[in-house]
Amino acid sequence: MIPLRRLLLLVLLTLTACSQGAPADRAGSRGPGANGSSFVTGSIGEPSTLIPTLATDTSSSDIAGLVYNGLVRYDKNLKLEGDLAESWEVSPDGLQITFHLRRGVKWHDGKDFTSRDVLYTYRVTVDPKTPTAYAEDFKQVQSAQAPDAYTFKVRYAKPFAPALASWGMNILPAHLLEGRDITKSPLARSPIGTGPYIFKEWIPGQRLILEANPNYWEGKPRLSRYVYRIIPDSSTMYMELKAGGVDMMGLSPVQYQRQTNTKEFLARFNKYRYPASAYTYLGYNLRLPMFQDARVRRAITCAINKEEIIQGVLLGMGQIAHGPYKPGTWAYKAKVENDPGYDPARAQALLREAGYVMGADGILTKDGKPLSFTILTNQGNDQRLKAAQIIQMRLKRVGIDVKIRVVEWASFLTNFIDKGKFEAVLLGWTISQDPDLFDVWHSSKTGPKELNFINYKNPELDRLIVEGRGTFDMEKRRDCYYRIQEILAKDQPYTFLYVPDALPVVSSRIKGIEPAPAGIMHNFIKWYVE
Amino acid sequence: MANYLIKRILMLIPLLLGITLITFTVIHLAPGEPVEMQTAMSPKVSAQSRARLREFYGLDKPLHVQYGKWLGNLSRLDFGRSFAPDNRPVLDKIKERIPITISLNVIALILEFGLALPIGILAAVHRDTLLDRAISVFVFVGFAVPTFWLALLCMYFFGVKLSWLPISGIHSLGSEQLPFFGRVLDLGKHLVLPIAIATFGSLAGLSRYMRSTMIEVLSQDYITTARAKGVKERVVIYRHALKNALLPVITLLGFSLPALIGGSVIFETIFSIPGMGQLFYQGVMARDYPLVMGILVIGACLTLIGNLLADLSYALADPRIRHGKG
Repeated sequence: MIPLRRLLLLVLLTLTACSQGAPADRAGSRGPGANGSSFVTGSIGEPSTLIPTLATDTSSSDIAGLVYNGLVRYDKNLKLEGDLAESWEVSPDGLQITFHLRRGVKWHDGKDFTSRDVLYTYRVTVDPKTPTAYAEDFKQVQSAQAPDAYTFKVRYAKPFAPALASWGMNILPAHLLEGRDITKSPLARSPIGTGPYIFKEWIPGQRLILEANPNYWEGKPRLSRYVYRIIPDSSTMYMELKAGGVDMMGLSPVQYQRQTNTKEFLARFNKYRYPASAYTYLGYNLRLPMFQDARVRRAITCAINKEEIIQGVLLGMGQIAHGPYKPGTWAYKAKVENDPGYDPARAQALLREAGYVMGADGILTKDGKPLSFTILTNQGNDQRLKAAQIIQMRLKRVGIDVKIRVVEWASFLTNFIDKGKFEAVLLGWTISQDPDLFDVWHSSKTGPKELNFINYKNPELDRLIVEGRGTFDMEKRRDCYYRIQEILAKDQPYTFLYVPDALPVVSSRIKGIEPAPAGIMHNFIKWYVE
Repeated sequence: MANYLIKRILMLIPLLLGITLITFTVIHLAPGEPVEMQTAMSPKVSAQSRARLREFYGLDKPLHVQYGKWLGNLSRLDFGRSFAPDNRPVLDKIKERIPITISLNVIALILEFGLALPIGILAAVHRDTLLDRAISVFVFVGFAVPTFWLALLCMYFFGVKLSWLPISGIHSLGSEQLPFFGRVLDLGKHLVLPIAIATFGSLAGLSRYMRSTMIEVLSQDYITTARAKGVKERVVIYRHALKNALLPVITLLGFSLPALIGGSVIFETIFSIPGMGQLFYQGVMARDYPLVMGILVIGACLTLIGNLLADLSYALADPRIRHGKG
């Protein structure tokens, strides 16, 4: 009886909700905060600490990015430019970087920013007592000096191209931290930086409030207040957006394509779309004999229709990935030779060549063993699960039997990845701005808890990776990365699936937004309200 | 009675120790560590930084040493520092979330008892009539409808369409500037939807319980006697029957004590209420051992105290128990 009653209620409630579809007057529905030149954004997570050296989560870096500066930063075209450093020189041998710091920059408490702050930030990051995740890049530093208040010099043992970008790390105020325990500093809850916004208030579990810095060296930001609301559920956040309680959020593909195309919505909001810095891939455990044959991996890639996955999983909001780089960035090679496109006939031919014959049950076999494997993915990511299901269907058609297993993240890492106990994984990587691939692809990174967990070892690729990170010459680096993409396309250690689109939506009362390769947040301090 | 009380209270200590030992072991058995959860799949983290983080949190020591240290701190009422990157004292994290959780739960509990008891009595008195069935349908609908779904519908209807009520959170932006009365009104508006939906969902259990005990009592001989004497039906029900039917409810009230600091994760997430449910969930997902243990210890204490109170008040209310055990 109960299910029937429940059904009836569902129908009733749904009808009530729909019958109220008449357009209401929107003016009354604005939340009290979403007016004036306050800007309200929503976040699923809450920052953990506002000392960026100690934080690892995106919410913390969202706030830290507005409160602090680095020495360098990426501009809207993803090229490095000076931030707290006005300029820099790399010595001809590539071993020393000299930063010339901007003069007249003040901390939010009024003290001058000098090279002492940079030196302190470097020292605390490499200090073994600091529980930071970011020491690695700075361990390559041989010596760091501050010859005067506005010059900072670092010397490396060998040329290290990602070094320059690593100085984009947020610089901490030495006068408030030196000689104190950074893990117990009050700055974690009320930071003092040099950035465009001054920290004002943090109401735990609810919101953080920042205010425009009138003395910011690039000029005072035009939006006077930045409110970061913590809304852990994305459906709730979408309701808040529609009710005027937040000005900006990231949409899901379904929301972007299906729920936000009404005239009324488009009059109140501007939607943006650009490739996100991430890709999703199917990775093969190369310790297994089955996957050691490159023809099998190429055959699987040929059998998978990536475009179909993008349509099915992202509703078209993404593009095909061929390699580990984001389309449109300088290291990305648009046309890669040997890249296997969707071609099931070719897949079958490759598998035949590799010695597989079709069995009576429609599954390919070799030496009596069926071609069958399990795709492992983590729980809580619906897109990955759907992609795995589409792949399963396609591979079945060429005679490969695929099972899917979804595992909780912690267990996924400790019981499967760390122990190398998996056949294939469906996962994603974020694409860093610097194209160095050492951590994920170099053969020295195949140990436990290291990121080349599929155990891919290719001496030529190793050589190119080392060459690419060992020079500051952009032309030379690009050649290395182009070649790397060709090798990966030929070898297919991963089947690179797609680069999803970022789909932010911003209230149309906010003006001055300029979409660029870096996204929309690059000129945030110039956004304004009419 | 005093002896009994002292015995009961002394019993609590080994019980509590046992609970902490088991929970400590179980949470460490779960795969993954705080360090792992913070640094996994990050290209920037080397084995050394990982070791450094483990050492910082004391995770490099054997489990019994970790437990001993934790227990030692606890005996000084120090819950330790969170293993999240903020490394704040666990007690601070709990303190900032407990007021809203308790207020919400107390209001919801009062409403739940205030509504469910009369509903249950009504259903029992009008047993097997249309009214009884209608009540059953109503409370079971509340029980069966998924909270998140109902919450989203209500948010859409009252928040987006009608703009009567705020959608999420517990304060409006800028509510700090309002006068006291305005702030209370603002808070009240934010709590209407969560409390209404929480109460609706919890009516079924208690009202059905009330209904069945009431029916049981109404079939007793002394009720028949009272009716036979010609006592008015209202007096029979509210004076003679209700008093006895309420006895088991006291136990339920005792059991509700630990629930006061607990919160539903789904519920708090949907309404963006910074309560204990979310804190606990995040703690578990991040393997933040001190935080999880802290919340569990408080929960365990409240459960034990709740049980004790229930037993004691039962003894106070029911002379048979009081005299029987002494």
